[in-house]
Amino acid sequence: MRWLRTLRPPGDLRLFTLAVLLALVGVAMIHSAGQVEVPSLAVNAWRRQLLWLALALVAFLTLSRVPLRWLDWASVWLYGAAIALLVFVLLFGTGPNTRSWLDLGPVGLQPAELAKLATILLLARMLSSDRGEIERLSQLARPVLIVVVPFILVALQPDLGSALVFGAILIAALYWAGVPMAILFMLVSPGVSLLLGFSPLVWGIWFLAIAVFLYLHRPFAAEGILVLVANVAAGALTLPFWRGLAPYQQNRLLVFLHPEMDPRGAGWHLIQSKVAIGSGGWLGQGYARGPQKRLAFLPEQHTDFVFSVIGEELGFVGVGVLLVLLGILLHRILGVARSTEDSFASITVFCLFAVWFTHVVINVGMTVGLMPITGLPLPFLSYGGSFLLMLFVGLAIVTRVSAMSNS
Amino acid sequence: MTEGVQNGKKRRRAAAADLLLFGSLALLIAVFFRLQVIGSEEYVLRSEENRLRAITVPAPRGTIYDRHGRIAAENVPGYSISLLPGSPDTLAATLGRLAPYLDLSDAEIERLLGKYRRFPNQRLVVRDDASFEEVSAIEQRRPEFPRAVVEMLPRRHYPAGRAIAHLIGYVGEISEAELERPVYADYEQGRIIGKDGIERQYESSLGGVPGVRFVEVSALGSIVRDFGPRPAIDVQQGADLELGLDLALQQFADSIFPPGMRGGVVALDPRTGDVLVLYSHPTYDPNEFIGGIDIDLWRALQEDPAKPLLNRVSTAAYAPGSTFKLVVASIGMTAGQLGIGSYMPTSCFGGLGYGNRLFRCWKPDGHGPLDLAGAIQQSCNVFFYQAGMRLGLDALLDGAARYGFGRATGIDLPYETPGAFPPSREWFDERYGRRGWTESVVLNLSIGQGENQQSLLRMAQFYAALATGEAPVIPHIVRSEALSGRRANWAAGLPEDRRRQLLNALTAVVNEPKGTAYPYRSRRWRVAGKTGTAQNPHGAPHSWFVGFAPVENPEIVIAAIVEFGHPDNTVSQSVPLAIRIVERYLDSLYPEVPARPAPPQLPGPIPPDEAITP
Repeated sequence: MRWLRTLRPPGDLRLFTLAVLLALVGVAMIHSAGQVEVPSLAVNAWRRQLLWLALALVAFLTLSRVPLRWLDWASVWLYGAAIALLVFVLLFGTGPNTRSWLDLGPVGLQPAELAKLATILLLARMLSSDRGEIERLSQLARPVLIVVVPFILVALQPDLGSALVFGAILIAALYWAGVPMAILFMLVSPGVSLLLGFSPLVWGIWFLAIAVFLYLHRPFAAEGILVLVANVAAGALTLPFWRGLAPYQQNRLLVFLHPEMDPRGAGWHLIQSKVAIGSGGWLGQGYARGPQKRLAFLPEQHTDFVFSVIGEELGFVGVGVLLVLLGILLHRILGVARSTEDSFASITVFCLFAVWFTHVVINVGMTVGLMPITGLPLPFLSYGGSFLLMLFVGLAIVTRVSAMSNS
Repeated sequence: MTEGVQNGKKRRRAAAADLLLFGSLALLIAVFFRLQVIGSEEYVLRSEENRLRAITVPAPRGTIYDRHGRIAAENVPGYSISLLPGSPDTLAATLGRLAPYLDLSDAEIERLLGKYRRFPNQRLVVRDDASFEEVSAIEQRRPEFPRAVVEMLPRRHYPAGRAIAHLIGYVGEISEAELERPVYADYEQGRIIGKDGIERQYESSLGGVPGVRFVEVSALGSIVRDFGPRPAIDVQQGADLELGLDLALQQFADSIFPPGMRGGVVALDPRTGDVLVLYSHPTYDPNEFIGGIDIDLWRALQEDPAKPLLNRVSTAAYAPGSTFKLVVASIGMTAGQLGIGSYMPTSCFGGLGYGNRLFRCWKPDGHGPLDLAGAIQQSCNVFFYQAGMRLGLDALLDGAARYGFGRATGIDLPYETPGAFPPSREWFDERYGRRGWTESVVLNLSIGQGENQQSLLRMAQFYAALATGEAPVIPHIVRSEALSGRRANWAAGLPEDRRRQLLNALTAVVNEPKGTAYPYRSRRWRVAGKTGTAQNPHGAPHSWFVGFAPVENPEIVIAAIVEFGHPDNTVSQSVPLAIRIVERYLDSLYPEVPARPAPPQLPGPIPPDEAITP
């Protein structure tokens, strides 16, 4: 059994154990999601997911031994490769509604998943090597550029959900690198304007608030003006940007605001998801027995809406247990980010935490109408090969970092 | 800023992140609590009231036409009867009550229940070829069978039946093994797919895409009405196919095939590659496979020693016999080792001694001295033994490989055989050991025996190359832009004058009194070709004929075999079969062409030295 011990990666293995447990629950639920009364392509999805899980475990065992410096060094190359793949997939990709898949014969890959990791690593490398305090908005130009390139490429697919994740990566990295909150606020404010631009009144109030903030905070004059101009521009761009969205994306956002608006069209998903979850009750309808799921009322029930199946079949108890487990996992990852001294490692781990947290909140929130439907998968539980692989690659990095901070 | 302050900031920011994390999760849990615990009753009710069911609507398969627009495969109205899923007990009971109306045997009910157990959530197809009487019996007792669904299901029909079985194939319900294959990844249980022939080869375009219809069902599960607003998926009808086949000619081949014999015949248009006839005998009726073949009939077909299911044109390979001599001649003439007037050192005295063995000629008295033209015309083995030796084993192996022997032609039919031909000397070494064989293998290979097995299709393609002098067409059943005129990546390679000399020799085979096919010659068309007599261990030799016509400008290449069809040297059953098909085809193309002047009348009956008895 000695070889088994040599296989054991250094570091905190409770994270790994928890992740594998969640992934196995995921496989079981994907299996259940394939048990439907109408012809479904998802019947054998669970087998494919199991194979991907095996591959992910191999990747984990290999990568959790790779010295962190290698990743630091490789981040530029990885980033370049990821950008090249994103361009390639825009030109030659496949997929329903979007061009996000790279067709490699038997398997499809989503380069956006690799791009997320590569962007995190390059951001962490850049922010950790910067000496000195960040005092000016202009000092953030390079990190912003690193994120904007993949953001635009992914948004062009168009995959809005993944694009938003890149936004989360940028904010998380800057936040953890210690960028002052005032500067972060200035950076984020045009994004808020973009959202509020639908209502001139609300946007006007927001603009006043920014003006007051700038007066109190007194940044460099040029930067203050830049922030104001950016906010005006974003507010004005809201409507053209809205028209630029694909109709299905518009529908999803509208339905998020008014689910009953189109109960048999775009609202269908959300209503059926809520009925499924609601009818689960305390203990659920029982594994593989959910009638909503069996009749395939849930769309994408093995990928985006797997949590609705969980709600229907495992009930509130199952939902609660899984959310708590996800919470513990994320909390521990945050702990690793906090306790490591190495700032490259720390920023990387924190960004992974932020990305997965974003996925969890948006995906689970979407099933109950708290979040718009974006097609972001649920970490460890949703069906999806490249996503699962990247989760375990990320987890390998976290485990590796935890070993460093322990020793 | 010092380390300590940095760490303090980090700790504060981590605490804020933790707060956000647990705050969000708490909010999510609260929302789920409201939905699942407080509001549960309402949603349970709404879930139970969900009375929509998705039902697959089968796509009609495309119609298949021959080259003149005659129907080779069509859809006729039919009905399917299926049951919506329910508990196993009610299903068994329902099947029991259905049995008298649908004439279900106990074994069939068992089979259906077994299928239900494997796919408990899907609709169970009880009958996919229900008669009108069975349907009306069910419809009259609707209340008794609330979960039964009766639907129009187009039923496949092959008007030409047995005549085109091996070419067209048949359709049937997808099997569990097929469901596992990646090709059928989008297919669901119960789907009708092409199982053989063209139906199988072109399944993806013929099959179409089934649609989905949403229906509202009652609490008992019976269909109340269509559910309109929810967008159903439209059925995409399968695409029609046009074949290069001449259906009338195919039926003619069926009608004149020697009764009680086994074999096959294939005819190609050497200019386009269109397969005009592809017939294998004995045959079966593909219509009997529709709606599930009767188990006894299936077993009978499987176990019949005559193998009616075997496609003898493209799936079976036979020793090509003397038809292969033209391959030797073509290789030798291309390399300049043989000329049309070449003689071999030893004249035919009925056999050739080599080593301590006597390699026989088919004519025990011997042919005497013959040049290449005469040896082709009279099919002299002794000449070709020596021709093969003059070429040498290496040149023969190389040449045959260049001409595609040992590879499939690439016809658009499933299960094409590549045939067999030794690829190299190493092949013999591996098979027999380095000293386990001698150069004498070249003798047998040269007369189309030994380790030499070819399909009718492969031989037809080689003769197409000889007939046209170009790279031969790749035969294809379906007529399409993409397939028409596709050519193999090789040509016979003969200089034109030598190819003409070979064509003259092949013409003499059929049209000169000493030719082996002379007794069956056409009086209307100049047919060229070569007979073959393939020795086999099971009985009388197989009878081959491969040829083409008109010689000057070939429009049809034909290859025919009749197993055991050459019982003695007076009878060669494949030759009249092939020549009558050629005549029929060319007559249909050129009804006005007057008959050639009759060839010079022979003095009396065929002289005895040609009607040889061994």
